[in-house]
Amino acid sequence: MNIPTNLKFTKTDEWFDPATGAMGLSDYAQGQLSDIVFVEIVVGVGETVASGKAIASVESVKAAAETYASANGKVVAVNEDLSGNPEVLNKDPYGQGWMVKVEGADASGLMDAAAYTKYCEERAH
Amino acid sequence: MTYIPHSPQERDEMLAAIGVKSLEDLFKDIPARHRFPKLDLPPALTEMEAAAELGELSTGNENVRTDLVSFLGAGAYNHYIPAAVDHILRRGEFYTAYTPYQPEISQGTLQAIFEYQSLICALTGMEVSNASHYDGATAVAEAANMAYAQFRGKRKRVVISPTVHPQYRETMRTYIQGMGLELAGDDPKANRSTERSRRSLDAGPEALEGLVDENTALVIVQYPDFFGRVYDFTRIIELAHGKGALVCVAANPTALALFKTPGEMGADIVVGEGQPLGIPLSFGGPYLGFFTTRKQYIHKMAGRLVGETVDNRGQRAFVLTLTAREQHIKRERAISNICSNQGLMALAAAVYLSLLGQTGLRQVAELCYHKAHYTAEKISKVKGYSLCFEAPFFHEFSVCCPRPVAEINETLLEHGFLGGYDLGQDYSSLKDHMLIAVTEMNTKDEIDGLVDVLAEVNHD
Repeated sequence: MNIPTNLKFTKTDEWFDPATGAMGLSDYAQGQLSDIVFVEIVVGVGETVASGKAIASVESVKAAAETYASANGKVVAVNEDLSGNPEVLNKDPYGQGWMVKVEGADASGLMDAAAYTKYCEERAH
Repeated sequence: MTYIPHSPQERDEMLAAIGVKSLEDLFKDIPARHRFPKLDLPPALTEMEAAAELGELSTGNENVRTDLVSFLGAGAYNHYIPAAVDHILRRGEFYTAYTPYQPEISQGTLQAIFEYQSLICALTGMEVSNASHYDGATAVAEAANMAYAQFRGKRKRVVISPTVHPQYRETMRTYIQGMGLELAGDDPKANRSTERSRRSLDAGPEALEGLVDENTALVIVQYPDFFGRVYDFTRIIELAHGKGALVCVAANPTALALFKTPGEMGADIVVGEGQPLGIPLSFGGPYLGFFTTRKQYIHKMAGRLVGETVDNRGQRAFVLTLTAREQHIKRERAISNICSNQGLMALAAAVYLSLLGQTGLRQVAELCYHKAHYTAEKISKVKGYSLCFEAPFFHEFSVCCPRPVAEINETLLEHGFLGGYDLGQDYSSLKDHMLIAVTEMNTKDEIDGLVDVLAEVNHD
């Protein structure tokens, strides 16, 4: 499982990049969902998102899930390419699979890679 | 599909699992005196007696096959149904209304739904059809649901033409309660007897143009409209798209064999009542709602959807697809709470359309059109009667009558005719207006007979 050390994570399996303000779905989450066939970003540029509020709706061949904002902030960019290529969420969740970018976000309170790795391992048992 | 009931042993295991001793224990919250109340029922009948009683009761119904000549439409139409439709429907393999989850054992049913979807797409000129809804009214209401979801609740207005079927509009009002949507163009409390509201009924779709704004999620029109009139909606659709809104056209499927499809006009959603496609009038149901849209909106579409795929041996196969949209997975976040479909009626429509084919359906539509125009022409020459609207129509038209419609219909009934729909019930500005439907089932003699009785009524 890929858990980059530069990112922060939520208990609901979203990641946040403090350097760029980007957020998305973790590698663990995409693996659990299996083949993702649909994604819809439900927030727009200029809107404020709050930690725990939905930023995207994701459907795979066997499940549907909401992706929540990993931190509070104002949306400055939305990944418009995702809706046409939902499979990048499976292939590259931390790269092309970014969902929105926010500014003014506070990453304190999120797990670091080590804590998130432990959290994922605990759930595997 | 074989039905396997649970065994007494399985029943005991289930009861043990939830910690209950007997089935009766499950009902102990119901006060004992209400558990088995004395029902005041007549003594049980033998099969012979029951058959006699039901037979006797059914003679109280007058039907359009043997008793009455029908000129009543208003959303449900009397068409000829080839005998093969019923024959195929009654096959045990098809005789369930339920959509199958397991493709391994349900290829026949799934393929039938897939064929139905393909036929409906061809008829409407649209890209995707779901596996059907309960009836036309439900399908129209689901269009509002879909548009609401498409704009994530941010657009609050639905513009609906007053010439959409009154019962569809009523269903719509019931559906959108609590959603925070505003219906424009159809205020049930508005005084419809004013000259202004009559003018809005006389006008075509352009009457709606001023109502469509940046807050509009959906514009709904009917084709032909409730009064039978046919308009090209291209302009209102372009205008609505200019404001970012979606457009739903509720269409009569028979008419689509003859006229430009709503798909060609640019509609985003095309729905309708599928009853004219091989489903008997049956005193009001079961009917069939068809629902189609464009591929880009497929994830916002309600209901079951069957897709074509290949199995692990590379053979063509059918499965329910994109089910993650639906309520059994998405729960309260699902767009619609409708997961099931009207399987048996959808099959009837598929069989009917396959039997008639493109040419046959067009012939039915042409017969309806020409017979209706012959009827309208004759009625318009009867003293006291005139056609209300000038717009082109399909197989239904509105007539201004010299007497109340209820009175005329009573006389018609005495002569064996089921008269037209009393428009005054729904539109106070259309008091004494009768909506008359003519289909391929009406012979020239019957039409001439109707006209004679109408003339007689005016002389009385």
